[in-house]
Amino acid sequence: MTYVAPTEDMMFVLEELCGLDEIAHLPGLEDATPDMVSAILEEAGKFAGDVLGPLNCVGDQAGLGFAKGEVTTPEGWRAAYETLVEMGWNAPTASPDHGGMGLPEVVNAAILEMFNGANTAFQLCPLLTQGAIEAINGYASDDLKALYLPKLVTGEWTGTMNLTEPQAGSDLAAIRSKAVPEGDHYRISGQKIFITYGEHDMAENIVHLVLARLPDAPAGVKGISLFIVPKFIPDAEGAPGARNDLRCVSIEHKLGIHASPTCTMSYGDEGGAIGYLVGEPHKGLPYMFTMMNNARLGVGLQGVGISEAATQHAVRYAMDRVQGGTPEGTEATIMGHPDIRRMLGLMKARTEAARALAFLAARSLDFAHRAEDDETRGLHQRRVDLLIPVAKAWSTELSVHAASLGVQIHGGMGYIEETGAAQHLRDARITTIYEGTTGIQALDLVGRKIKRDNGTAARELVAEMEATAEALKTCQGGEADWPALATMVEEAAGIVGDLTDWLVAQNGSEPLSAAVNILETFGVCLGAWVMGDAAMAAARRISEDRGVPHAKAKLNMVRFYATNVFPTAAALHAIAKSGNRATLALEASDFALAV
Amino acid sequence: MKVLVPVKRVIDYNVKVKVKADGTGVDLANVKMSMNPFDEISVEAAIRLKEAGVASEVVIVSIGEKKSVDTIRNALAMGADRGILIEEDQGVDIEPLAVAKILAKVVEEEAPELVILGKQAIDNDMNATGQMLAALLGWGQATFASEMEIADGKAVVTREVDGGLQTISTPLPAIVTTDLRLNEPRYASLPNIMKAKKKPLDEKTAADYGVDTSPRLTVVTTEEPAAREAGIKVGSVDELVAKLKEGGLV
Repeated sequence: MTYVAPTEDMMFVLEELCGLDEIAHLPGLEDATPDMVSAILEEAGKFAGDVLGPLNCVGDQAGLGFAKGEVTTPEGWRAAYETLVEMGWNAPTASPDHGGMGLPEVVNAAILEMFNGANTAFQLCPLLTQGAIEAINGYASDDLKALYLPKLVTGEWTGTMNLTEPQAGSDLAAIRSKAVPEGDHYRISGQKIFITYGEHDMAENIVHLVLARLPDAPAGVKGISLFIVPKFIPDAEGAPGARNDLRCVSIEHKLGIHASPTCTMSYGDEGGAIGYLVGEPHKGLPYMFTMMNNARLGVGLQGVGISEAATQHAVRYAMDRVQGGTPEGTEATIMGHPDIRRMLGLMKARTEAARALAFLAARSLDFAHRAEDDETRGLHQRRVDLLIPVAKAWSTELSVHAASLGVQIHGGMGYIEETGAAQHLRDARITTIYEGTTGIQALDLVGRKIKRDNGTAARELVAEMEATAEALKTCQGGEADWPALATMVEEAAGIVGDLTDWLVAQNGSEPLSAAVNILETFGVCLGAWVMGDAAMAAARRISEDRGVPHAKAKLNMVRFYATNVFPTAAALHAIAKSGNRATLALEASDFALAV
Repeated sequence: MKVLVPVKRVIDYNVKVKVKADGTGVDLANVKMSMNPFDEISVEAAIRLKEAGVASEVVIVSIGEKKSVDTIRNALAMGADRGILIEEDQGVDIEPLAVAKILAKVVEEEAPELVILGKQAIDNDMNATGQMLAALLGWGQATFASEMEIADGKAVVTREVDGGLQTISTPLPAIVTTDLRLNEPRYASLPNIMKAKKKPLDEKTAADYGVDTSPRLTVVTTEEPAAREAGIKVGSVDELVAKLKEGGLV
């Protein structure tokens, strides 16, 4: 099962849609020139294809060992992790102040997509560490930063996020874990579940970020604090010292990502694990949410990566599998069958749209962090906030669909594990659930991101979509049906604008029941927008004789998107606005089971 | 000791090569290009010598189109110290003799004690530059190295030859050309990729060295390998033998 990093399409998106040049002019990102980024992606692609890719199936088949509280990763994983650390791929965006490389988020987005596409179960470990780095860097004291960040940045230590408890899943207000002050630290006790890489054998220390309540904490979400709870308590020099009072009591048996340990963690069985408060008391949830924004984008990129991997897998099979023949009587591969091409078209066109959208969200993160004027920073922060739930939920839902189509293209063999097509489907299935389910993302989009700012961010986006439509109207030349593309983007802008107005005017439960439909409509419409821009860039490249085969394929993908994907937006739009009353009218008794 | 490593930008080994319609060569428009894999092995060998304290400096040189800069940077990211680009873009491959003549001049200037080259470039498979360079310089040559040790002013090299391995020793300065099994080239780390951009890189042209690079060979034709033809099924050994005789094969 080979994974080949799609560096050409990534560079296309970075250069043509994300304005990489401009990003390299932001303060602190001067090194990220296109030639440098291209060299970085080439090398990251080699690591993904040569080191991570071959271990993907191994991890899925072998799974994890667990005995006496210790987790054993599959053969080859420790060595691969060691290489990751040595090669400096653990946390590419981390600040040079803590030993990082300070790369732009948008470049990291490409790297994350590659590593996730090659091996999702593996890349979860660095992804969690990146989240921990962000939380500590953003909110912890200087002493804690100095002690923990350098080792987390290199990857010598890994990080985790401990939110969920058996009674506190999507509703974190129900958290019960306790933290009791004791001198300069706290004693933490409680049980956390679903802790990804909560225990493993790839690094010398694990730094848990744990949400818990102080004795005087107010009830609900406003009484939750964030703590650093290391597996081994570092001494003053930062070497891992005494074993802390925490342990992994079990690991889960899951549908997919078999080699990623999902741990139940028990804190304080022997009197309380030593923990250190991050930032101020009772502010844990807002801290966690800032970090989660990026983690959500990371999961969105997992979706893109798995979609890409599933597509590559299916393309290889379709080009190899001989069934039936041509009208001339010679043997033919199934690539010749129109329905196979339809499925591959759906997989590839939507993967490319989702990639562009996720990278644009990452681009806005760079501007939100580093632009010099407040206005630009503000605009991009609003844009990030708006795009992240869409990039997370739409990309991951697409990955499930893409992986399912991948199985379909393999026919009966797709249902047999040894072809590897099924692994993508099983691995993809978690991505719509963790870091906030699709339903939660949709509520975030309609509530926090659209209604709360009265549609400001969404209308700013609509204006940009309209500008793309206008630009498409002026395009000429035979590379594409420009009027049709202009109409597509114009309609897309119209739908997003209409849904925004409708949402802002609603006060009842309608937006809640329609939220997922609205999110999907946004996904399809924003996909149309980025594909419109991609078409113009591709035509320009052809006229300049640059990257012609890729540009031609891109134009065909845009055409396919316009005719085979975008038309669903109208139906989704209608469902979002008129289907919600019927949803709300469904009574629990309507689902009554025969006794 | 200074080590010079020439590297070539070639069509990537993963690319399915297509012949130009007019038969003048291989279609290089819009295809992925990378460092010649044998040259990667040479770069790795040189860096290991530096890490072992045997070499003091590793200098990379590439002759070709402007974009060969990327190939040099790649070698610098692996750990080489500095690069020299000799830009020469005539739209066709520069022949080994011209390359060897330019390299001989570079050797005069740089005075390395060891030049490590790939045994051949995977584009044209000439397998000639190293040997020609040795002849031009009057140096010893150890080609097709699968093991290499530099000590006491000598290069002791195990060569992969038909029917086995041969170990030879040649005094320095010398030319070594590398074979596939000499080592496994490393990945460039992210910090090193970023540092490579700041390493010195001289840009020159073939004219600076006074070497005439105009082709001496004429490409008569370039063809794709013949497609495999459909076979037939035979019913018996006798029929098989008859068919083979019919085709003049036995």
